[in-house]
Amino acid sequence: MTTFLLLTVTGLGLAGLYFLVASGLSLIYGLMDVLNFAHAAFLTVGAYASWLVGTELTGVLPVGVVFVVALLAGLVVGTLVAVLMELGLVRRLYGDHVGQVLLTVGLLLAVTALARAVFGSDPVRVVVPDWMNEVTRIGGAAVPNSRLVVIVTAALVFAGLMFFLRRTRYGLVIRAGVENRDMVSALGIDVGRAFTLVFAIGGALASLAGILTGAFFGTITAEQGTSLLIFAFIVVIIGGLGSIPGSALAALAVGLLQQYANYYGAVGMGDLIVVAMLAVVLLVRPQGLLGRVA
Amino acid sequence: MTERHTTGTGTTAAHVRRVVVVALLGLAVAIPFLNREVPFVFDGALDSPGVLHLLALMLVFGALALTYDLLFGFTGLLSFGHALYFALGVYGTVVVTSELGLGFGSGVLLVLVAGLVLPLVVGAVCLRVKDIAFAMVTLAFAQAGAIFVVRDPLDVTGGELGRSLPFREVPEAFVGIVNTRNVYWLALALVVVVYVVAHVATRSPAGRVWQAIRENERRVEVLGLSPYRYKLTVLVLASFLATACGVVYVLVVGGANPRVTTSTFTLTLLVMVVLGGAGRLWGALVGGMLYTYLDHRLAELATSPSMQDLPAVVRVPLSEPLFALGVLFVIVVLFVPGGVAGLVSRVRPARTGRGGGDVATAVAGGSRTGTVQQPDQAATGAAHDGARHEHEGAAR
Repeated sequence: MTTFLLLTVTGLGLAGLYFLVASGLSLIYGLMDVLNFAHAAFLTVGAYASWLVGTELTGVLPVGVVFVVALLAGLVVGTLVAVLMELGLVRRLYGDHVGQVLLTVGLLLAVTALARAVFGSDPVRVVVPDWMNEVTRIGGAAVPNSRLVVIVTAALVFAGLMFFLRRTRYGLVIRAGVENRDMVSALGIDVGRAFTLVFAIGGALASLAGILTGAFFGTITAEQGTSLLIFAFIVVIIGGLGSIPGSALAALAVGLLQQYANYYGAVGMGDLIVVAMLAVVLLVRPQGLLGRVA
Repeated sequence: MTERHTTGTGTTAAHVRRVVVVALLGLAVAIPFLNREVPFVFDGALDSPGVLHLLALMLVFGALALTYDLLFGFTGLLSFGHALYFALGVYGTVVVTSELGLGFGSGVLLVLVAGLVLPLVVGAVCLRVKDIAFAMVTLAFAQAGAIFVVRDPLDVTGGELGRSLPFREVPEAFVGIVNTRNVYWLALALVVVVYVVAHVATRSPAGRVWQAIRENERRVEVLGLSPYRYKLTVLVLASFLATACGVVYVLVVGGANPRVTTSTFTLTLLVMVVLGGAGRLWGALVGGMLYTYLDHRLAELATSPSMQDLPAVVRVPLSEPLFALGVLFVIVVLFVPGGVAGLVSRVRPARTGRGGGDVATAVAGGSRTGTVQQPDQAATGAAHDGARHEHEGAAR
């Protein structure tokens, strides 16, 4: 039973990471029809920026403060990179969806290679406050606090995103844009600004995911962004493109299923089962769990 | 490639092109006999095993890029799972020859059959969704393949280390440094076969429908044709050819490495095709060869002594070839639509006229698909720019 609990908590943590990446992807795709491969680059940039600031400040400030400052620095850098990329590059190719995908593919390859060149291909250790590595007893299972931090953060982000989309004016513009972009711009609303905004949100969430991945696994590598991105794609498709609750639901299903199957089944079973689940969803419900019929 | 030109300049151009192709092919066949140094381009003499090995690799990846161009350039299918079928050829050959003991020939035959069945099954599922969702789903399937290879649940792939080809099972003509030239000729034969198959396929009635699907899928549907079936056909054909490329690749490098299963590898295929020019067969071939060449030479450059004197700002990014290639790719996407093939067409603008109703007549003339609206071309993007010339030529 304790093993099951531990697996559940780890699965929920993983689901949280998937959700952070998938929600940004889903919003960007829903509004702009851009499959953003560079999303993994935001993740990598955020994680390494946070790591750099963290190692520079270690010993100068208390560990807790260092963690918070590093987190904020990573968030700011990741968001900035996303906004600059949208304004400087993606914007040049509006209306050319294939071109935009190719562009983000090129950026992903270049940024990943650059990170590997600068920081090396070996994983780097992340500085986290001691209490993150301590355990909390939940129903007899010793759960590392870092898992709980990821779960709570993802839950807060979900609540915040839902509030933003349902209760604010910009959220309304984004939701309307996802539904019918042409109509929104015909009504005289600057959709371009909404594009930049979703890229900023996506960049922030992706770099948050990158930093938390560091806390979750203890290390960061240049490649982890790409592997997380692929599972985020699976989550987005299963949940339904453009639907945030769908992404959340699918992230939970994928994260938990992966953990259980990896533990109780054969090696690598969990990852394969997730792909099988994707195939089943496509056969039965091509628009995804909560997606609208196209 | 545009043999059916009827204008006077057209026939001369076609004639010249045929002569150039034959000359290039003759040169390619003769390279293993040329004991010549090519300064700056290659490190050794042309007939040295090192250079032949690099050339063979370039040819294999050129052929692979060609197969990907059938999907992406000609049908507009943005697949991120093409590496799966190449990896099937690579790992299939190694595993079957080491585990089953069927002999090399029947082993390869078995792998090629698998190269027909797997894309039929996977493609049938993936093609249920379109466009970007299709891209994501193919990526997920390729990732499943990568995970299978690295985690190795059946204990056959050798996990992260890969597995080498059991040389005792392989025909002697393809083993050892002495026989590098045979392997090179095999790779050259692969390119010729793949090129001819792709050439015939894209000019067949089905090939015209593929291009019509790229331009406007719904219109093809309205005309009473099933895009699903045509897309599945091209996917199976391209994947089967990719599996064949994988088989030759194993003979060139002598083993299987999980690198060929990764998502990054699939993305580099896309880079190759776009670099050379999507929708043009020779463009994709050149793109694949150029990419492989640059990848190898940049990696050698990074470790060469002259690099150590450069400031860190230049040296560190250059130590990863993929950084330079990624940046080059971004530049091509932004500023050179059509890639190398597009550049060449721009240098010779007199060859064919642009735009107008050419595409419509091209499709209508060749098959029952009728007309395809021109404005939709804008939506399929600048990447396909070069392709217009291709089938304009075919129609005349």
